[in-house]
Amino acid sequence: MSDSGHYHFMKEIIECNGITKTYGAGDTAVTVLKEVTFSVKEGEFVAIMGPSGSGKSTLMHILGALDTPTSGEYLLDGSDVSRLSDDELAEIRRDKVGFVFQAFNLLPRTSVLRNVALPLVYANMPKEERERIAEKALDDAAFPRAFWSYHSNQISGGMMQRVAIARSLVNDPTLILADEPTGNLDSKTGEIVLHTFQTLNMQQGKTIVLITHEADIAAHAGRIIHIRDGTIVSDEKNRHRTMARGEREFSENGRPLSL
Amino acid sequence: MTTQDLWEETYGAVTVNKVRSGLTMLGIVIGIASVIALIAVGQGSQASVQANINSLGANLIMIMPGASRSFGTTVRGAAGSSETLTPDDANAIAAQVANVAAVAQEVQGRYQVVYGANNTNTTVLGTTPAYEQVRNVSVADGNWFTGADVTDSNLVAVIGPTVLQDLFAPNANASATPAMAIGQTIKVNGQLFTVIGVTVSKGGSGFNNQDDMIYVPLSAAQHYLLGSTSYLTEVDVEASTQQAMTQVQNDITNLLLERHGITDPTQADFNILNQASIVSAASSVTGTFTTLLAAIAAISLLVGGIGIMNMMLTTVTERTREIGLRKAIGAKKQDITLQFLAESVVLTFGGGVVGVVIGWLAATAISAVTGITTIISVPYILLAFCVSAGIGILFGYYPARRAAGLNPIEALRYE
Ligand SMILES: Nc1ncnc2c1ncn2[C@@H]1O[C@H](COP(=O)(O)OP(=O)(O)OP(=O)(O)O)[C@@H](O)[C@H]1O
Ligand SMILES: [Mg+2]
Repeated sequence: MSDSGHYHFMKEIIECNGITKTYGAGDTAVTVLKEVTFSVKEGEFVAIMGPSGSGKSTLMHILGALDTPTSGEYLLDGSDVSRLSDDELAEIRRDKVGFVFQAFNLLPRTSVLRNVALPLVYANMPKEERERIAEKALDDAAFPRAFWSYHSNQISGGMMQRVAIARSLVNDPTLILADEPTGNLDSKTGEIVLHTFQTLNMQQGKTIVLITHEADIAAHAGRIIHIRDGTIVSDEKNRHRTMARGEREFSENGRPLSL
Repeated sequence: MTTQDLWEETYGAVTVNKVRSGLTMLGIVIGIASVIALIAVGQGSQASVQANINSLGANLIMIMPGASRSFGTTVRGAAGSSETLTPDDANAIAAQVANVAAVAQEVQGRYQVVYGANNTNTTVLGTTPAYEQVRNVSVADGNWFTGADVTDSNLVAVIGPTVLQDLFAPNANASATPAMAIGQTIKVNGQLFTVIGVTVSKGGSGFNNQDDMIYVPLSAAQHYLLGSTSYLTEVDVEASTQQAMTQVQNDITNLLLERHGITDPTQADFNILNQASIVSAASSVTGTFTTLLAAIAAISLLVGGIGIMNMMLTTVTERTREIGLRKAIGAKKQDITLQFLAESVVLTFGGGVVGVVIGWLAATAISAVTGITTIISVPYILLAFCVSAGIGILFGYYPARRAAGLNPIEALRYE
């Protein structure tokens, strides 16, 4: 194990080799992803950009083991997940992936804490341990403690997105996938959420793949991949990275801003 | 998913929409309650029929005249109407058949009975003292008549509690006491009899209600009521043991065939019945009755089950996004299946528990109002619980599998 230049923190988390995804069959078949090949190393913050319908979400589903490619090979954290059964995929998602959905997708009439701890329910973790981890994840996602016991439908959109982020962290994932995480938020709240992602990436070394169709959102990432009609058109390092302001920077006189 | 988590999820899901859960349960509640109540009624009547039959007397064999057949055509008179059984037959049975404990000779008729201004129409049974033992009647107050009463054709009578009430306190709300009757004379078909005893109530109803009867010495009935006929309407024999029943019955049959000069047993001019055969005939009738009731109740359970399935399918559709999310964050097929199965089982089992309680109350109310005996047996209650849980599994399985089979991506997109 002395492959010089590949330190353990530089290992490949995502390796896509010629991934193709076709929906339907025969005359009505639509190929949404065409021979997509790229890789992401541990600790990277990648933005995937593209116009609507370009196949971003489809790609994210494959990256997150929610779906399998029609052809091509996909290695997640070194293991091939392109040909697994539904339950095996569920296990991969449970252990390695954290999703942040555009529509939050929280369970209504359920407390914030229980929402965050939900992925651990399926990992058979005892309740006390689950809640301890969920509380830490809520802190990491900068979610105010006063609202922990609120029901998820009693809090604001910005807070919901933080709950969704906290939930994506709770299983200590190898990879965090966020599909338009700021799409439903105003620009200031969106920036605070991006700040949370940047902090997680830089301070905890989390690998993050963020999907967006807005250039100024993508500008917060360390690397930007452009996709059009299911093909990667550009893949480059972001040399003028925008650093988002956190809640504290927004607040006046150190008073926290209510989201 | 641990059992506790499963329980918490299920509890949450069921209590979110209490009205809907309650209405869905109602189908099962009604189904289980009617099963419990109807089976209680069925079993109760079965048991009371058996108790009635058993109260007729232990190891009882009854011989009745009739059913004489000749020349290939069947001429079956109404039981007791033919004149083929004689006191000599009865004496021969007592003398010649082994393992016979007692033999009672009987004649009977219905007469108008009068005491003062009160009257009733009832069965008057002329019999021998052995009747008390053979038919298991006992005297509550006063005495049963003796062999001397029969020999001397004494005009004495032992009356049943129903007759006592009808003759001595017909309108009163208070019940008549035996003391009011004993020593009094009643007029049976114009003939005066002195009441010497009142029997213990057997609580019987239906055929041969022994509470609504007047017992007089055989000879008195023959001379003063029936017009000196020497034929009997029934001979009752008590075998000394249960085991001896078959032998006694066969021996009596052979003896009577011989005495009546009949060689072909199918031509017998008498009917011989034993208690066991009456019990089995009656319980097959009441058994059919119970089965019929249970079948009706089962149909209502089926309807309840369909209600459960309907509600679960609605729930699955409503919670498509939730299911998609759960799958996205790592729930396996089995986790989802279990969650929805648990929901439907909790609904049906809860309905089952409530149904058992209501069925029980209903059965109690039925006995209180109609006087029908009802029996709630533990095995049926356990069965009801198993059936209700089983319905949950049966009718919840399809919706649960449907939920588990949802594609997470499509489920998340579902609006
Ligand atoms: N299940 C499906 N069956 C058929 N076609 C599909 C299916 N899912 C997606 N598509 C098609 O694939 C294409 C890419 O969809 P996708 O959701 O990946 O786009 P996107 O880049 O995420 O767009 P947006 O920015 O609007 O979210 C679209 O044309 C869509 O119609
Ligand atoms: Mg999309």
